[in-house]
Amino acid sequence: MTEELERSFEDTIARDQRLEPRDWVPEGYRKTMIRQISQHAHSEIIGMQPEANWITRAPSLRRKAILLAKVQDEAGHGLYLYSAAETLGVDRTELTEKLISGAQKYSSIFNYPTVTFADVGVIGWLVDGAAICNQVPLCRSSYGPYARGMIRICKEESFHQRQGYELLMTMMRGTEAQREMVQEATNRWWWPSLMMFGPPDADSPNTEQSMAWKIKRHTNDELRQRFVDMSVPQAEALGVTLPDPELSWNAECGSYDFGAIDWNEFKQILKGNGPCNAERIAKRRAAHEDGAWVREAAAAHAAKQRDRERSAA
Amino acid sequence: MSEVRKDWPLYEVFVRGKRGLNHVHVGSLHAADDRMALRNARDLYTRRNEGVSIWVVAAADITASSPDEKDPFFAPSGDKVYRHPTFYEIPDNVPHM
Amino acid sequence: MSFDNAYEALAEAQDDARWAFGTKPEGAGVSPEQRRDDPLSGVDTSVPSDVDGAALAAYCLMLGDDALIASHRLQQWCTRAPELEDEVAIANIGLDLLGQARLLLTRAGRADGSGRGEDEYAFFRAEPEFRNVRLTEHAHGDFAELLATVLVFGTWRLAVMQRLRESRDPVLASIAAKAVPELTYHREYAADWVVRLGDGTELSHGRMQGALDGIWPLVGELFATHEVERALAGVAVDPAETRREFDAVLSQVFEAAGLRLPERAPLAGVAGRTGRDGLHTEAMGYVLAELQSVARAHPEASW
Repeated sequence: MTEELERSFEDTIARDQRLEPRDWVPEGYRKTMIRQISQHAHSEIIGMQPEANWITRAPSLRRKAILLAKVQDEAGHGLYLYSAAETLGVDRTELTEKLISGAQKYSSIFNYPTVTFADVGVIGWLVDGAAICNQVPLCRSSYGPYARGMIRICKEESFHQRQGYELLMTMMRGTEAQREMVQEATNRWWWPSLMMFGPPDADSPNTEQSMAWKIKRHTNDELRQRFVDMSVPQAEALGVTLPDPELSWNAECGSYDFGAIDWNEFKQILKGNGPCNAERIAKRRAAHEDGAWVREAAAAHAAKQRDRERSAA
Repeated sequence: MSEVRKDWPLYEVFVRGKRGLNHVHVGSLHAADDRMALRNARDLYTRRNEGVSIWVVAAADITASSPDEKDPFFAPSGDKVYRHPTFYEIPDNVPHM
Repeated sequence: MSFDNAYEALAEAQDDARWAFGTKPEGAGVSPEQRRDDPLSGVDTSVPSDVDGAALAAYCLMLGDDALIASHRLQQWCTRAPELEDEVAIANIGLDLLGQARLLLTRAGRADGSGRGEDEYAFFRAEPEFRNVRLTEHAHGDFAELLATVLVFGTWRLAVMQRLRESRDPVLASIAAKAVPELTYHREYAADWVVRLGDGTELSHGRMQGALDGIWPLVGELFATHEVERALAGVAVDPAETRREFDAVLSQVFEAAGLRLPERAPLAGVAGRTGRDGLHTEAMGYVLAELQSVARAHPEASW
């Protein structure tokens, strides 16, 4: 019986069809999908914090509206993704508890601080740009609910990247202090953005299985290269220098060579020693715990209402 | 008194994007009651676009069949939309669950 | 490397209005680009000849500052909401109010003939020049205080905006027409939650009642007719006219929620001066310090 189910699962993948919530899937696939989707959801929710840091201080009302709408989108993306994860038999509260207890991770990029308003623009350009490179192929994930969620999310992400780049262009046309701010922010975010694609393929043990299951469509290094190739001309158009002296065009490969990434820094952040790890989790935990009385009250009211309706009937 | 659930139940959301189209399933959300579910659905899935029609239904109230999807051999013919742990009682001796 | 067909999904009809959410007036023949930069682009903004421009500008600042400062307090909730669905809803309300503020401040710049833009008013005025009611400055200690404020402010502002749709100033009338459905939503969101918390648990009931009691001294100021409003008959709304409607709505909500109408004396002004006269609570200085810090550090910059 199990063999038949496995065959049917493999068949669905081989035919490039989507797996849907009620389909039988191997436990490994289910666990990997839950991990992938929930880490992605957590990243959206934690990723609100570095940008929300600047909403109240945004220096124009138009930028303020854009930033607030963007951070709101991220809450929405988190919701779409938690909802996709729930179709695999976990619930959101359980996932939130795993996030705030540190049992599940989120993208390390959000453990860096946003220290000037230019960071809002650079996050849009580089961090959202890297996220788009990562996410567009996921619109074809073998797991249907995730693929559908990603299509919705990718549509909105393209706005995010454009608004960031447009803010930077405006700032580069502004004062000398603004131009310095943009360059300085680019210096800080460039390398962490490259780390967003994860460890080099040689050190990425899960990639092979994930590619076979079609829940990952390209390797980390392929996606990273694609991102570098996209970003170099964008940096030139903007008039900023990417902080990598080894960056150069390789005519033979038709792509850019770039310098070595400091994976030690990446590992330190993964271990929880990044500049903002503790703060990000503490804030999420506080929101969840401070909201408990509200959620309980709503549930209690709903139960009372059901009783009233029943006794009225 | 009715049991007070610690967590808000899951609702499925269906949206008719414009006149002439069917309601289409767009995703799910959590809400304490039907009214909240409708309001949250409007915020999240339609961005408060007036003129679209929204249905919300508690996921637990949907009976689903899935002829094309491969159900495990123990699944009854008409059942819940998701293989959610709270929807299913799964015997211990069933493999790969 | 092929990025497959997923980019096609990105190219599908995109909803440009998203970025201008709550920031764009009705007006045909204007590109989204233009609308984003100038909230009143496409609307005839000449001041009717029989309307006092300076008084109209002052009135726009009153209503605009209310929205700007109320929105600021909602922005501070971002990432702190009790549930993710409410994160989205609170941001919606903040965005709506920010959009109303932008339209009103822009209108002020046209009305007083100074040509000042929304950002000059928001970032480069000193505290005494802000004309918002003191209720909007009040910090929300918890979710109940947020709801109490949104309910009271939204109910009052909705009643005002409903009447303002008939203003003799066509711009104010169109801003009000846009604001009415937004405020209807804010009031409904808050009322639903006030009922849930009032009825829910002993703890939530106590907090909801406490929050309402806490802000009640700031309610009276909403209905005091200001000389600017008196000078603009037919253009401005006399807020005193909205009290009956406000009381009726709130008593309905309180009854459903099992809450009692707070009995608290109105907060005194200083020599009779309150928010509308530029005399604020101590909280206002911190709001402006936060709001204006980046803009003032780079007065020559454009963003």
